[in-house]
Amino acid sequence: MRITVTVDGTTYTDEVEPRLLLVQYLRERLGKVGTVVGCDTSNCGACTVHLDGHSVKSCSVLAVQADGCEVTTIEGLARDGQLHPVQRAFHDNHALQCGFCTPGMIMQSIDLLAENSDPDEQAVREGIEGNLCRCTGYQNIVRAVRDAAHEMRPGAGPEAERMNEDVIRGAQAGVHRS
Amino acid sequence: MIPAEFDYVAPTTVDDAVRALADAGEDAKVLAGGQSLIPVLRMRLAAPTKLIDLGKVAELRGVREEGNALVIGAMTSHYDVVRDPLIAEHAQLIAMATSTVADPQVRHRGTFGGSLAHADPAGDLLAPALALDAEMVVHGMDGRRVIPASEFFVDYFTTALRQGELLTDVRVPKYTGWHAHYEKFNRVAQAWSIVGVAAAVQVEGHTIQQARVGLTNMSSVPVRATGVERALIGQEATPEAIKAAAEHAVEGTMPVADGNADAAYREHLAKVLTSRAVTAACG
Repeated sequence: MRITVTVDGTTYTDEVEPRLLLVQYLRERLGKVGTVVGCDTSNCGACTVHLDGHSVKSCSVLAVQADGCEVTTIEGLARDGQLHPVQRAFHDNHALQCGFCTPGMIMQSIDLLAENSDPDEQAVREGIEGNLCRCTGYQNIVRAVRDAAHEMRPGAGPEAERMNEDVIRGAQAGVHRS
Repeated sequence: MIPAEFDYVAPTTVDDAVRALADAGEDAKVLAGGQSLIPVLRMRLAAPTKLIDLGKVAELRGVREEGNALVIGAMTSHYDVVRDPLIAEHAQLIAMATSTVADPQVRHRGTFGGSLAHADPAGDLLAPALALDAEMVVHGMDGRRVIPASEFFVDYFTTALRQGELLTDVRVPKYTGWHAHYEKFNRVAQAWSIVGVAAAVQVEGHTIQQARVGLTNMSSVPVRATGVERALIGQEATPEAIKAAAEHAVEGTMPVADGNADAAYREHLAKVLTSRAVTAACG
């Protein structure tokens, strides 16, 4: 079956089997291996991507269901070499140990911040309840999400991945100064 | 794992979907949000020959008023149910139960009708549908029929839907002004209810005028806790009265024993969670 999907800003048209999972399509056809397969049972959230602006577990979506849709993966977040504020906050707060859950954690955190631009600790924990960190490094993950919320104020907007222009300019200005 | 091979069709209208389902024969399966079906396919616990994907049937999404009822399109996502102003006003119990389903990613894809048609006894939306006397509107080649929730859930993962029939809408009477709460007990990393209790009450002053209570995962199908309801009606909403009423929660249940809980523990949970749910609903 022929599908047309826009992934990280590039439009692809491909022949796929109906049984191909979106995560396989991303990894094996498009080489987007930043999105990982963790559990194969829908529990872990490591494969989280955005489908038309909402987070989904790409192991539980068929590639054919994404026909005509826009997908954003962890690889589509950085702009002009600058990390997305949530990526940077994970880096700054050491919010990863083995790093396997990180792509999904970041994608889900961005979704959460689009819904709630200033979540308290409880709201962060509930917002990422579909993402498991088997290193149990949740403390710094929660810290990073709240830190990112602070960075992205005021209002990450409904599509947070399209980075607030001020944040981009601020980040670039920071680079120029150093 | 990779699912076994299947054919796939994505109709855009209910009529086309019904025809596709009829043409596909008995080994076809309807794909709603896919949050239960796709994992099942991946684990190769099922191998349908054809999937009829309802994802492009726009008329199946959304919530509307129809007289004294709300009509919830079967393909309305959990995410949309939780945020819907009509459901918040007239069927608060459904919004509260839906907000506990799985996790945000699954709620983006999973659908109200898909959950009901899947009929997992641990699913959180069956008990509210039963407690609120919802009606399932189904379409097949022979036309439309309406099945009350009390007749819809037949057994584990089994509903009164006949081969070739499609759940299209769920009609829920309005419970305007009622207060509700859904209380569940689950393992932290898995949102399936070990036991769940759906409670809706109408309180005037401090007196409980009407009560609806449904139980999740206390039998192969959701159970209406009529004994609890009878014991609550006309009572002052005191902790003692609620606790006494909650003692009736196990009547008519047949809880299973599994890796999460034995039957006696489930019975214990049903009473405790009923008490908590009704207390929270009474505010």
